[in-house]
Amino acid sequence: MEFFRISRDIPFMRHALVFNVISIITFVAAVVFLAIFGLNLGVDFRGGTVIEVNYGHAVDFGRVRSAVDKLNLGEFSVQSFGSSETALIRLPLKEGLSSAQLSEKVMGALKADDPSATQRRVEFVGPQVGKELYENGALALLLVSIGIVIYLALRFEWRFAVASIIANLHDVVIILGFFALFQWEFSLPVLAAVLAVLGYSVNESVVIADRIRENFRKMRKASVTHVIDSAITRTLSRTIITHGSTLLMVLSIFFFGGETLHHFSLALAIGICFGIYSSALVMASLVMWLGVSREDLVRSDRKRALTGDKVLP
Amino acid sequence: MNRYPLWKYIVIAVALVIGILYMLPNFFPDVPAVQISSSKSAVKIDTALLGTVEDDLKAANIPYRGAELDAVGIKVRLPDLDTQVHAKDLLTQKLGDNYIVALNLLSSSPQWLASIGALPMYLGLDLRGGVYFLLQVDMKGALDKAADRYTTDIRSLMREKKILYSGVGREGANVVLRFKDDGERTKARNAISIAFPDLQLREQDAAGGESRLVAGLKPEAQTRISEGAVQQNMTILRNRVNELGVAEPIIQQQGADRVVVQLPGVQDTARAKDILGRTATLEIRMVNDDPAAIEQARNGQVPFGNDLYTDRNGEPILVKRQVVLTGDRISDAQSGFDSRTNEPAVHVTLDAAGARIFRDVTRENVGKRMAILLVEKGKAEVITAPVIREEIGGGRVQISGRMNTREANDIALLMRAGALAAPMEIVEERTVGPSLGKENIAKGFDSVKYGFLVLAVFICLYYSVMGVISTAALVINLMLLVAILSMLQATLTLPGMAAIALTLGMAIDANVLINERIREELRWGATPHAAIQAGYERAWGTILDSNVTTMIAGIALLAFGSGPVRGFAVVHVLGILTSMFSAVFVSRGIVALVYGRRRKLDHVSVGQAWHPQLEPSMAKS
Repeated sequence: MEFFRISRDIPFMRHALVFNVISIITFVAAVVFLAIFGLNLGVDFRGGTVIEVNYGHAVDFGRVRSAVDKLNLGEFSVQSFGSSETALIRLPLKEGLSSAQLSEKVMGALKADDPSATQRRVEFVGPQVGKELYENGALALLLVSIGIVIYLALRFEWRFAVASIIANLHDVVIILGFFALFQWEFSLPVLAAVLAVLGYSVNESVVIADRIRENFRKMRKASVTHVIDSAITRTLSRTIITHGSTLLMVLSIFFFGGETLHHFSLALAIGICFGIYSSALVMASLVMWLGVSREDLVRSDRKRALTGDKVLP
Repeated sequence: MNRYPLWKYIVIAVALVIGILYMLPNFFPDVPAVQISSSKSAVKIDTALLGTVEDDLKAANIPYRGAELDAVGIKVRLPDLDTQVHAKDLLTQKLGDNYIVALNLLSSSPQWLASIGALPMYLGLDLRGGVYFLLQVDMKGALDKAADRYTTDIRSLMREKKILYSGVGREGANVVLRFKDDGERTKARNAISIAFPDLQLREQDAAGGESRLVAGLKPEAQTRISEGAVQQNMTILRNRVNELGVAEPIIQQQGADRVVVQLPGVQDTARAKDILGRTATLEIRMVNDDPAAIEQARNGQVPFGNDLYTDRNGEPILVKRQVVLTGDRISDAQSGFDSRTNEPAVHVTLDAAGARIFRDVTRENVGKRMAILLVEKGKAEVITAPVIREEIGGGRVQISGRMNTREANDIALLMRAGALAAPMEIVEERTVGPSLGKENIAKGFDSVKYGFLVLAVFICLYYSVMGVISTAALVINLMLLVAILSMLQATLTLPGMAAIALTLGMAIDANVLINERIREELRWGATPHAAIQAGYERAWGTILDSNVTTMIAGIALLAFGSGPVRGFAVVHVLGILTSMFSAVFVSRGIVALVYGRRRKLDHVSVGQAWHPQLEPSMAKS
C-alpha cells in the first residue's frame, strides 16, 4: 500500500507568498479572537472552586441552579459534564470562606434538595496558587522556545532556528485563538498539550531541515527553491503518515478519554493539523526568505567530515 | 549483510527480560487489606503484635489470606471488601489508640516479584481517588505574633529596669519605643540587647524631638521562627492524619512556607478536610473540686459558670468557665524530666504577660487544681489537670507527676498544637471520589487500547513485514515504558495515561521515517540489504534531532509543571527515551533476525515501493 505517488517535485515555493498570507491571516484572526474574547481560563489559573456532582439520573439544572443560588456565593455556573447525569458547578473565589467550607456548603444544599447527589470531584485553587501556575506556564513556554532555538541554531543554522520557532509559535497562537473563539476552558492539561505540540511540531521542521541540508549536498546544481521543494515533496509521505498516526492516538484520547481529557486532546489535534502546514510550508518559505544558501550548510558539513562523521555521496 | 552483533542481541534480551519482570505486577489485581501502623513513635510494631492480630482474627472467625510484617507495619490480606471492613472494625477496637488501622489495597502479585522491587505502577490521586491539599503557613501571622509577644515583654522589661518611656507599640513586624530623652533610650537599648539577643535595634529621631527605638527580629531569627512554624505545623498535621487512618499518607514541605498533604483512598473527604482544617486553641482554667458541685453536675445539673468534662482517664472533672490564660500566651512546651525527682515532665514557657497572670493566679490558688484544655471545634478535651504546689513566677512552669515519657510527649505536643505558631490555610485542593478514579483508569486504558489497535492494523497493512516489525517495536516500547514507570514508582495520572497514548503515536514517527527511507532507497535502485542499511543510518540523525526538541518541551514541563502536568511530563519524557531505544535499536535487531541471515536478499517487504519510471502494475508488492 502506498498513498503518495509523486513523480515530480511539487513547486511549493512558487506559492510561498500565498502560504504566508494564509498563515498571516489565520494568525491575525487568532490574535483578534484572543484580544476580543480572551482565554476562558480555568480554575487552575484564575482560582476558584469546581465541584463535580453525580445524580445517578438526569440532572435538573434549574433546580441545581436555584439550590446554589440560595447560598449567595457570587457568580457561579452550572453545566453538564460528560453525561446528562453529571453537573459541574463553578464558583468564584470568595473572601473569608475556605474551600472546605465552600464545597461542604454547596454539597449540603444540593443534598438537601436531592439526596441522590454525590460529590465526585472538588478542585479548589487559591488566588496566589493560580497566579503562580499561570506564571510558571508562561515561563515554561518561554524556556521551551529558547531551548529549541538554541538547539536548532547549534545543530543547523540560525535561519532554521528562527524560521522554525516562528512557524511553531504561530501554531501555538492559533491553538489559543481557537480556545478564545469557542471559549473552551483553558486548564493545566491544555497548557501541557500546547507545550507538547510545540515540541512535536518542531520535530517536523527538523525533518524537513535535515532534508534541505542533505539536498544541498546532493543536488549541487539545483537552485535553493528547487532544493526546498524537493525536500518537502520527499518528506511529504512521512509527514502525513506520522501526523496521521499521532492524530489517530489523539482522536482515541478524544473519544475514549472522557471529559477531563476533552480539551487536552482537542488542543493536540488542532496543533497537529496546523503543525503539518506550518512546519512544512511556513517554516520552509521563511528559511528561503531569510536567504539560506548552500554555503551556510555545506560548510558546517565539511567540519563534520573532518571530525570523522560519515558524509554520504 | 545486516547482521547484528551478539552483544546487541544480549542487550535487547536483557532489556526485554527486565521489562517483562517489572511490567508483570501490573497485571495482578489488587486485594483488600488492612494495614496496622503505630500512631506514636514510642510504640513499636513487632512479631508479638502480629501474633495478637492473627489470634484476634481467628477468635472472631474472620478469614484472612495471610498477614505480614514489614517496615511500615502489619498488613493483613482479606478475601473481600466486607471482611475488610469487619477486620478493620475489630482490630481498631482491640488494639486501641496507639495503633492506626487503615483500609488499603495490596497487589496480589507473588512475593518473589516484590522481593526484586517489582511493584505495580504508583497511581496518582485522580486514578485511585483521594485528597490533595496544599496548605500555606501564614508567616506574616507568625512574625506579627512574635512581635506582639516582644511588645509585652519589652514593656515589662522597661518597668522592671525602671526606664522612662513615653510609649511602646507594634508597627508591622517591628516594636517601636518612644522616649523623651536620649539617655533613657541608650539605657533601654542596652537592656533590650542583653535580654533579647534575637532583636536588632535601630535608633530613629522623629520630627518634634521625639527619640524612637525600633526593634525588629534579626533575619536569622525570622528564618528560625518560619522554619519552626512549618515544622510545627507538619507535626500537627501528621498527628491529625493519623487520626484519619490513611494507609499511605504523604506530608511534605514544599518551598519555604507550604505543606503538601496527600491522602490516597480517603472516602470521607469532608471529614478529612474537617480534621485537617480545624484550629485548636489552648485554655487554662481553674478546676472546681467542690464534691457537692461534682455530684450535682453528675446528675445533670451543671452549676452555673462551670463545664463538666471527662479527663483522659475517664474521670469526670468540673472546670470553671472563666479562662485564666489562652494558648497564645504560651511560647513553648517541651517534654523532659524533673530535675529533682527525674520523673517525666512537661516544661512550659509563658510570655511576660502570661507569666504575670500565672504568678498572680498561682499565688492565690496554692493546693488547688488547674486544668489545661485543648478546644477544637467547640469540643474541649482536658489534657491534664495538675495541682498547684506553689506560687510560680518567671513564666517557667513544670508539669510533672503521674505520667510516663510518652504521655509527657503527647501533652507537650498537644500544648504546642494548641499554641499553633502560625495559622494555616488551604490554598489548593483536589479531591477525587473513588468511583471517579476507577472510571478514569478505564478511560485512560481505553484510549491507549483502541488507539493502539487501529494504529497497529494500519501500520501492518501499509508497510507489510516492516510494518509488523515496527508494530512489534511499538509493543516493546509500551512494555518498557510501563516497566520503567513501575520501577521508578513515578506517579501515574490520567494525563499520564494520555501521554502513554500520545507517546505511542509519536514513537511510530521513527519507524515511519526509517520505512520511508528504505522505500526511497529501493525506489532509486538500491539492493534490499543496502536499502535497509541506509534507511536506518540516515534516519537515525533525524530521529535524534526531532526527539531532542520534543525532550526540551518535556523537561520544561517537568520543571515548571505541577500536579496533572507533571504526571503528563514524566511519562512523556520517559516515553521519548524508550521509543528511541525500541524504534531504532530493537526494530533493527528484529530486521536483522528476519532478513539478516540471507546472504542474497532479493526482496524486502516494506509495502509497495512505487517507482515513478515504472508502471504501477509492474511494481513489487
